[in-house]
Amino acid sequence: MKLDDKLFLIRFNTDKLSHIKIADPQVCLMQCKDKPCTRFCPSHVYDWDEEEKRISVGYEGCLECGTCRIGCPYGNIDWHYPRGGFGVSWKNG
Amino acid sequence: MQDFDVIVIGGGPAGLSAAISAANAGMKTIVIERGDYPGTKNVMGGILYTTPTAMVPEFWQEAPLERPIIEQRIAMLSGEQSIMAGYREPEWAQEPYNAHSVFRVPFDRWLAKQAEKAGVMIVTETLVEDLLYDGEDIIGVRTGRDEGDLGAKVVILAEGVNNFLAVKAGLAKPLRAETVAVTVKEVISLPKEKIEDRFCLEEGQGATIELYGDSTAGMMGVGFIYTNKESISLGVGALLRPLIHEEWTPNDLIENLKAKPYVKRLLQGGETKEYLAHLIPEGGYANVPKLYRQGLLVVGDTAMLMNSFNREGSNFAMISGKIAGEVAAENIQNGDISHNAMAVYENRLKDSFIMQDMHHYRHMAKFFEDNPHLLKMYPEVVSKAMKMYLTVDGVPKKKHQKDIMKMVFENRSKRGLIKDAYGAWRALL
Repeated sequence: MKLDDKLFLIRFNTDKLSHIKIADPQVCLMQCKDKPCTRFCPSHVYDWDEEEKRISVGYEGCLECGTCRIGCPYGNIDWHYPRGGFGVSWKNG
Repeated sequence: MQDFDVIVIGGGPAGLSAAISAANAGMKTIVIERGDYPGTKNVMGGILYTTPTAMVPEFWQEAPLERPIIEQRIAMLSGEQSIMAGYREPEWAQEPYNAHSVFRVPFDRWLAKQAEKAGVMIVTETLVEDLLYDGEDIIGVRTGRDEGDLGAKVVILAEGVNNFLAVKAGLAKPLRAETVAVTVKEVISLPKEKIEDRFCLEEGQGATIELYGDSTAGMMGVGFIYTNKESISLGVGALLRPLIHEEWTPNDLIENLKAKPYVKRLLQGGETKEYLAHLIPEGGYANVPKLYRQGLLVVGDTAMLMNSFNREGSNFAMISGKIAGEVAAENIQNGDISHNAMAVYENRLKDSFIMQDMHHYRHMAKFFEDNPHLLKMYPEVVSKAMKMYLTVDGVPKKKHQKDIMKMVFENRSKRGLIKDAYGAWRALL
């Protein structure tokens, strides 16, 4: 089953504001060859945008696990919880 | 600023248990939860042991539980092959039970109702951003709401595995890729008759399967299959460090597990209803943060209290919460919430089975970290040995046994085998 089809099943209360920031986009471009965030995030929030030469952040699909904050080898992902009441809302948990 | 005796940050199993025990001791208690109600942000594999919930007498009469677990299986996967062991105790289907499969969303919502019945105030859709200090003393919390400062004599920190506030308060170190496991889970619906037939269960009974080896592509971690009333929870978790190193995506890992012949047949015809992700704190005893300071106690996942070998995260969460609520109440009643007075919490945890188990398994994380071959090589070697021994091909058994020993030593020297056995003995026994 494709990830996109699974993400479609999840209930979100999406905030207008992103709760995720790439601290320094230059680090992704110049230092980070491997871009592991494009793999380890369970909902593929992070994707390398070849045209814009930066990591695009689909914060709307964040499952709030916190993996990115720990997994980024440069500590370059500034991830926090969404504001109260926003974000993922599990049906089963 | 509104004042409380006890503020609990986080409406999970640890926080709600803490709130219930504090309120039962007469404390004016509030739980601050960031979700729309307690439960909606919470994820676990799905097995809840019976003892900690017993603070609500005969909770099984009314709590939203899925199935009482009467059978536990362990599987080792190697490629298409599997090796199984299991234990069944039908008595576990009756009171007082041993464990149930549960879903956190309905269960925590129910637990929050019990807290409210005990007099706890629950505020939802509110994120705690920081602790409030007067000099060195903790005096409350700052929430994301306008005029959202709340005062308290004691704050109980149950913010979950992502320990923002514990780090900010200087109690915990930031999490590392070696101390967390990324876990994804699917809830797959199946008619109850199919579940009972496939797992050989009487009506309403439940079973669990933990899967090692190729379930995680040999990475440190585990796959699991838990039966619910009308669905199966299937998940897989692996330490973040090897997951990054071996370039797996969590979704590929769970799809890899679902495609294993043994697993596939159990799920056949099922429909995925939800896909979830969560971090498990796997730092073990060596990474338990400071558990207290003046006016503050740390509980549950934030305190890194986890025995993943026996899947006792929620168990430790609820019991540590209960103890913290009691200690907070006693100290407030005695008028002493100093650093030294709060240390009672750590002492009681140390006297309880929680810290004794944490200490008992203290070598486990490092053992598996230092020996990444264990979950890769051994399932394969054992599987090969089983096949050689069980294939009837006209070759005498003595020759089979000789060939098996030869194969084993080709994979691992005698010295290596002894080293692994000693390491496992030290880590687990």
